[in-house]
Amino acid sequence: MKDPVFIAGLGVISAIGNDLPANLHSLSEEKSGIGEMQFLHSDHKGELPVGEVKLSNSDLADPAGLSAKLPRTALLSCVAAREALRDAGWSKTNPLRTGFISANTVGGMDKTEEFFRYFSKNANSGRLAEVVNHECGTITELVADFLSIHHFVSTVSTACSSSANSIFTGARMIRAGYLDYALVGGADALTRFTLNGFNTLMILDRDLCKPFDEERRGLNLGEGAAYLLLASGRGLKELEKKPYACITGYANANDAFHQTASSPEGTGSLLAMKNALAGANLKPSDIDYINLHGTGTQNNDIAEGTAIRLLFDPAFPKMSSTKAYTGHTLGASGAVEAVYSVLAIRHGIIFPNLRWQTPMKELPFHPVTTCLKNQQVRHVLSNSFGFGGNCSSLIFSAA
Amino acid sequence: MKIYIRSTGNISPQHSLDKDTFFQTRIYNSGDSIRALEPNYDDFVDSKMIRRMSRIVKMGVASAMTCLRDSGLDNPAAILTATAYGCLEDTSNFLRRMIEFEEKMLSPTAFIQSTHNTVGAQIALLLKCHNYNNTIVHRAFSFENALIESALLLEEGIGPVLVGAIDEITVDSHAILRRFGLYKKTAEQSPNFAGEGAAFFLLDREPGADSKSVTLDVETVCNTPNQETASRLARNFLNKKHLEPRDLNLVLTPHTGIKKLDQAGDHLLESVFKDLPHFPFKSLSGDYPTAPGFALWLAVLLLREQKSPVWMGGLKFPLKNILIHNQNGGASHSFILITTV
Amino acid sequence: MDKLMQKLKEQVIERLNLKDLKPENIGDDDPLFVEGIGLDSIDALELIVLLQQEYNIKLSNAEDGPRVFHSIRTMAEYITANRGAVKVST
Repeated sequence: MKDPVFIAGLGVISAIGNDLPANLHSLSEEKSGIGEMQFLHSDHKGELPVGEVKLSNSDLADPAGLSAKLPRTALLSCVAAREALRDAGWSKTNPLRTGFISANTVGGMDKTEEFFRYFSKNANSGRLAEVVNHECGTITELVADFLSIHHFVSTVSTACSSSANSIFTGARMIRAGYLDYALVGGADALTRFTLNGFNTLMILDRDLCKPFDEERRGLNLGEGAAYLLLASGRGLKELEKKPYACITGYANANDAFHQTASSPEGTGSLLAMKNALAGANLKPSDIDYINLHGTGTQNNDIAEGTAIRLLFDPAFPKMSSTKAYTGHTLGASGAVEAVYSVLAIRHGIIFPNLRWQTPMKELPFHPVTTCLKNQQVRHVLSNSFGFGGNCSSLIFSAA
Repeated sequence: MKIYIRSTGNISPQHSLDKDTFFQTRIYNSGDSIRALEPNYDDFVDSKMIRRMSRIVKMGVASAMTCLRDSGLDNPAAILTATAYGCLEDTSNFLRRMIEFEEKMLSPTAFIQSTHNTVGAQIALLLKCHNYNNTIVHRAFSFENALIESALLLEEGIGPVLVGAIDEITVDSHAILRRFGLYKKTAEQSPNFAGEGAAFFLLDREPGADSKSVTLDVETVCNTPNQETASRLARNFLNKKHLEPRDLNLVLTPHTGIKKLDQAGDHLLESVFKDLPHFPFKSLSGDYPTAPGFALWLAVLLLREQKSPVWMGGLKFPLKNILIHNQNGGASHSFILITTV
Repeated sequence: MDKLMQKLKEQVIERLNLKDLKPENIGDDDPLFVEGIGLDSIDALELIVLLQQEYNIKLSNAEDGPRVFHSIRTMAEYITANRGAVKVST
């Protein structure tokens, strides 16, 4: 039996709340955060609904004592990461080895887009200050400096599975004895780059998304950040805190089918879920809740649904996609949904799949449609499947 | 647990695909950059797949294939790619079109190929490899962190691991980095120049059946408060392997010519690495974040061949231990030790 | 129609970077997707952009793609039928 990896702290900021309590409240009250963009300046305003965090860059920066000129991804990341550390009771005087493994896909792209407006016309124009924080890794370093975490710092970027991968990299390092704490998760801000990118793929819903619904028309993009402070047994003792849960299973597989589309049989998804269960020493029937990747695209939902059918048939656990609340937060999604999965365990709540109406004809199951309280939630499976066939599944268990 | 490097592949500004020529002929920078010597990619990838691939993806895929061919394996248990900048050409293309066409009529291909995990994904697709796949994007230590993750996987029994380091120069990225003054010749710096490359390695817990394997150890240290600490940490790293600095036959250093950035490297050469044969690897690869990948390829080659390129002097044979030092302006350091079996 | 089909073949080769193909290698009625030339979903999206940029025709429903882009001839017929329209939503 492998050493447990405890979850000692949580932090999250998303379209449905600026901190953990606010997110939990919205989830329980079935309040979605997807709507018209306020802060992102795009020609698609009014046309494409998004899950935007309801704070401007100044509103994010000022309370934290940060510069509002920093990339929005860094600001979101700082806010959520700091909340997770405070939630856990970790301070920079903690003598044990702490690592920071973060994920993002856009880096400082919100600033780079500004730079390119001028640079694309004249190679000598555009303010260099706008591109100095372009790299994904630079965002992580900015946040690591803000938090005073220096022992080990790294950045993962595998599209939509990014922060699921950063979470289990941290778990792996704790199990192997390299770290006592790992602050893990990810962040991504909305950018014109990603909004337009997804639009070219014709997988954005012009209305509010309906994951796992027969009538689904695509995804809504969102933004956010979420972090978990993972701790070894020794680390948990030092914090004198009761853990939220443990991370007991994780797996990473590749669909190897197409650059963006998932294989119809959900090969990568199936492997990821199967191997996560095996790693956790659990059977499919042990899972009480699946937090679906459930983007609302034709392709993802049928591939993921098929993989679930193959693995869980005939007994399907309760499941939902919380992207109906937050939109698809890309590099942050694995972590945002990990936080929600842990909340499900802690509070015995199963969150609904908002706006679901019609079962998918290929699937013999459908998601939960109202918020269920007083549930026994011992084991949760959380899926994150991305472009490039990168499929990751995490399993969280009651401590 | 020992980690072995069983095979390598490298597309770089030097003759890394033709080792005999490499040992005879060194390529020099042209102004403030040095570009990769690229093979005929049709030898590596089917034309239907290649048509969509940008240059960096082709470089990464070809280098990975070379590495696998060198080992005789075609289904690694894990694929890890390290890149600091990601797929710059596609990123620029999409950005420029987005601005020019005011967010209308945009091409999906550039967007799809712009994500950082594209190289790793394309390798998996070509190999039909469903196994573990990750992309690390942590600036100057992307490659070292990927090596550390490789070690973790191997410790868990997941192997062999295909791990690579890739970064490219594009017209736009070079223009921007130039404006940051990185390549300017001033009183404070001799000219630095940009580079690019794709280097892949197959790591395993066992050496290959041939006698080509060498062992690998890697460590990163962040936030060193001063140069004395860095020196002490370098010594500790060696002591853990029961080595003293004098046991090193060669130190590959990260010098760029930018005096301020090189200070930390200079200090180690004056202290823990004093009087040891050393060579600045960026003078061959050019300066780019994942250049330690080139250095690792070079170290493995020298240990395997046990000879010196005609244009590199000062080495004493037999070569047994080579150390690669990397640092980012002194704040963080990494040490990679490669040893003959 | 023949002239349009010839032009389309050149445009498809260029847009999709089909370097190994020449226009004479693409039959007017050869299936473009899955079999034949073997194009995929990303190519379909690129062809939608091609229609917009070169012929000012907007295919706003991706599900019509397989029918419109079945072959060079079906593309040419669609363009001929919808040319001159500023926007066509299907």
